[in-house]
Amino acid sequence: MEHLLKINQLSKSYGAISACENICFDLYPGQVLGIVGESGSGKSTLLNAIAGHLNIDSGEIIYVDPQGNTQNINQLPEIKRRWLMRTEWGFVQQNPRDGLLMKVSAGGNIAARLLDTGWRNYGKIRETAIYWLEQVEIESKRIDDLPSTFSGGMQQRLQLARVLVTQPRLILMDEPTGGLDVSVQARLLDLLRSLVRNFHLSVIIVTHDLGVVRLLSHRLIVMQKGKVVESGLTDQVLDDPQHPYTQLLVSATLTP
Amino acid sequence: MNQNSPNDFPESSVEPGFNFAYLDEQTKRSIRRSILKAIAIPGHQIPFSSREMPMSYGWGTGGIQLTAAVIGQKDVLKVIDQGADDTSNAVNIRRFFRKVCGVATTEKTSAATLIQTRHRIPETPLKEGQIIVYQVPIPEPLQWLQPSTKETKKMHALEDYGAMYVKLYEDITKYGHIATAYDYPVMVSDRYLMSPSPIPRFDNPKMNMNPALQLFGAGREKRIYAVPPYTKVTSLDFADYPFTVQRWDKACEFCGSQTSYLDEVVIDDAGARMWICADTDYCHQQQEN
Repeated sequence: MEHLLKINQLSKSYGAISACENICFDLYPGQVLGIVGESGSGKSTLLNAIAGHLNIDSGEIIYVDPQGNTQNINQLPEIKRRWLMRTEWGFVQQNPRDGLLMKVSAGGNIAARLLDTGWRNYGKIRETAIYWLEQVEIESKRIDDLPSTFSGGMQQRLQLARVLVTQPRLILMDEPTGGLDVSVQARLLDLLRSLVRNFHLSVIIVTHDLGVVRLLSHRLIVMQKGKVVESGLTDQVLDDPQHPYTQLLVSATLTP
Repeated sequence: MNQNSPNDFPESSVEPGFNFAYLDEQTKRSIRRSILKAIAIPGHQIPFSSREMPMSYGWGTGGIQLTAAVIGQKDVLKVIDQGADDTSNAVNIRRFFRKVCGVATTEKTSAATLIQTRHRIPETPLKEGQIIVYQVPIPEPLQWLQPSTKETKKMHALEDYGAMYVKLYEDITKYGHIATAYDYPVMVSDRYLMSPSPIPRFDNPKMNMNPALQLFGAGREKRIYAVPPYTKVTSLDFADYPFTVQRWDKACEFCGSQTSYLDEVVIDDAGARMWICADTDYCHQQQEN
């Protein structure tokens, strides 16, 4: 099978501090890749670099579009990169307030990506918005409410709907369950899992919560100090960790 | 005003000690260069070195500089404010140019070669050879959605106008229709999003394929933009919520016009009001006919 995304020797440093060093991995269609590591290990930098939010020092980010063309993301003109981020890619922020337009209604938030990509029929946009609200288990009657009237979990689900509305192929998530209480986390993870399956999404999910990756991801990358120290199938890495840091990480997880 | 009709001011009324049209020749030339750029890229905002004018910002310093840059000895100037020739902004700008240029002025739209306007387009259709200069307070239509100029410039460059449609979506959701009544955003030549200055949206269709040259000047914001003659100007809308203009179920109480833009005027302290044409010249013509 052809890969969807290929990261080749990606490096990024902030002055003397090396945030990502020679990162390589492939992502295949329908695959969920977890990136775990402690705070400051470079996992968010890696995600933001892939999303084009920051310039990388060296390396390649190769994306294969639906037509089978390979595109080097960091050499793509900005207009194409923006278009990609609004159609075939999506980014889910840790804090929904960063990913949502807080002064725009829930429906308007979902409509934004459609309007960005040229939809100009109000009725159809609204129908689509309602469909996606239902997909993320938000009552359709809340469509005209402001996100600030939503609970944290609902805001996160709304952010998902806002991203999913253009039916992206690749979603980048930065700690999507951070800041949510445990029962809300469970519900969101459950929803994510069914969305990934139903819409055949490829996902890169950054988290420090091993429970999240155990539940969601197929493959796992463990990062420490900007380097990949271990990678492989999620169960394999978590049940038989080889690297001392991974062993520490796994043993530090609370098990009820 | 005295009994003199505005047209027959003697040449000697020109104030000595000023260059023709107040600004010096180099300044006028630099402004004309910006105007030419603006005409070459319809709807795109061009920065210019806006000068201090003998009036405060917000009173048409942008429009007045454009007028000064393009006015010639043979021009006939008309100045309107909200459609009226006799309001203080219009009277003073007209008097200013009579003082510093000695050009002929008129209230008749059809007789003017150069029209400076605040917040209206005359009801009488403009024709080839005429120039209309708009006074613009805020040239950037995206400013309320995106406070960063760097980002709005990028949005223009990438033709990334989805955010404006989000605002229209919210309008329809909240009010059932697009509630923007003035300064209604337009697309110029299918490329640049442009603020038409605070004209009522009633006037928006007049900008489309207009035979006159339309110039826009923002003095405080130091921006010039333009719509050349016969350029496509479309107001933003949705396929199922098309752009509409304001309508009144009344006629002008002076001239009986049912097609012009009407002002509501309170006429006593008991709440009585009347509806009259905003465009005074058009109203006079209708009354004469």
